Amino acid sequence: MIRFTDVTKEYPRTGVALTDVNFHVAKGEFVFLTGPSGSGKSTILKLIYMEELPTAGEVRVSGLSTVAVRRTEIAKLRRKLGIVFQDFRLLEDRSAEANIAFALEVTGAPRSQIPSRVSRLLTQVGLASKASSYPRELSGGEQQRVAIARALVNEPYVLIADEPTGNLDDRATRGIFQLLREINASGTAVVMATHNLELIRRSDYRTIEINRGQIVYDSGESKPVQPEELV
Amino acid sequence: MRSMREALLAFRRAPLLSVLGIITIAFSLFAVGLFGLVAVNIKETIASVEERVEIRAFIAEGTPAEAIAAAIGDIGSFPEVAKVGYVSQEDALKRARQELGEFRDVFDAGFLPASIEVRLKPGFRAPDRVRSVAARIATYQFVDDVRYGQEWVEKLARIRNIAGIAGIALGLAFAMVAVMIIGTTIRMAVLARSREIAIMRLVGATDGFIRRPFLIEGFVKGILGGGAALLLTWVASLLINQYIVKTSFFPTELAVIGVLGGAIIGLLGSGVSVGRHLRRV
Ligand SMILES: Nc1ncnc2c1ncn2[C@@H]1O[C@H](COP(=O)(O)OP(=O)(O)OP(=O)(O)O)[C@@H](O)[C@H]1O
Ligand SMILES: [Mg+2]
Repeated sequence: MIRFTDVTKEYPRTGVALTDVNFHVAKGEFVFLTGPSGSGKSTILKLIYMEELPTAGEVRVSGLSTVAVRRTEIAKLRRKLGIVFQDFRLLEDRSAEANIAFALEVTGAPRSQIPSRVSRLLTQVGLASKASSYPRELSGGEQQRVAIARALVNEPYVLIADEPTGNLDDRATRGIFQLLREINASGTAVVMATHNLELIRRSDYRTIEINRGQIVYDSGESKPVQPEELV
Repeated sequence: MRSMREALLAFRRAPLLSVLGIITIAFSLFAVGLFGLVAVNIKETIASVEERVEIRAFIAEGTPAEAIAAAIGDIGSFPEVAKVGYVSQEDALKRARQELGEFRDVFDAGFLPASIEVRLKPGFRAPDRVRSVAARIATYQFVDDVRYGQEWVEKLARIRNIAGIAGIALGLAFAMVAVMIIGTTIRMAVLARSREIAIMRLVGATDGFIRRPFLIEGFVKGILGGGAALLLTWVASLLINQYIVKTSFFPTELAVIGVLGGAIIGLLGSGVSVGRHLRRV
């Protein structure tokens, strides 16, 4: 599903960010990416959604290789990935539902289907009552739920989350993490970069630790959690 | 359809930026329009002066009327010639008296020779053309002398050439400045929405999809700006007409081309700005 083969990434000005990274994420897996600040977590995620391309080596994501990839192919790939950030990245001038609908319009989904899918997702993330609220009217945790709903609206294979709880307090963090677990339990793989060791310790998901651009620890491919284990 | 909606939404979300953009486009094109107005009027003035280019062939005394009539027929069939006329000795005297007023008595009939007066068609009034027609007319036996104000015709041609070159150069300069100003305006509109563009890319929008609403927005702004510029130019020309000199306005086709030009600048400007922006991210 996601395969890094001898990946090295060098940025024009700051130099080498990743050296010889190899790993594979299977369908439906939940993977934590951890490590100190500047170690290269975000870079790995950017390589997955092909915001950056490797300097050497190859990244393959659901059949698409970074070798000789075209811009339109990247756009198509992203419709099958859900991406979530620490800073939510919502459009401030649109309501929650409009933000979610936006991701559907981009893919050219039939207009008639958009409202029902949007409201189904809002319910799934527990925000049905805030459909018409604007981002500034929502708490951080609620904004992140909207962002997650937007990420899920195209039924992605993988949810990529770069410190999704980085701006949230403990309660909101637990809520968002619980939501990610549910999403994973319904079959979507999750790759989540985090500093939160508490979250990692409390769950027994696979953990990859990065330091100075190299993998220093990989707990190995874990078997997906079954839904009943969550309750 | 969606692009239309998005473009409209962009106007609604940032009305100030949109209006400023349109005003900038309008004023840049207005400058071009004013220049165009001056150019059109100079051109017309030169054309109306050129209308007076005239060849006059003086006829020897005692030439039979049939010979003159035959020559006039001949000359009238030259491709360059618009009009041929005969001025008899009496006519010449009458004209001279009219033009000279108080000195009218110094002329006798017979002092001024009869002549053939030739006017050329537009496009055949350049010095070498005039010279060649004059030379052909001079070959008639009974023609004593041919005059066409050679110096004057040459000077006129020089003014025309200089005005033409200056017009094109200045026009291009004005148009380029307008394109640059409009480009900057559009780039601001694109930058103002760079966050939105980044998010669109994140959720998998293709470049074409991202570009489309901007193209429509640019096109509409160009048309509105161009229309406003046309209106401003028209008002300016009315005012000039009323208070300064009689001027003529653009012919309709030129006005339409101007507004379409604005629309195309808007469209291309948007396309280039978004394209550049997309290539960087
Ligand atoms: N766009 C970029 N251009 C140049 N250098 C970059 C860029 N992005 C990241 N880097 C560099 O690559 C290295 C790894 O950065 P990265 O963002 O992947 O770290 P991180 O593990 O996500 O850190 P954090 O935990 O602080 O988010 C850093 O040294 C950083 O300076
Ligand atoms: Mg990071």
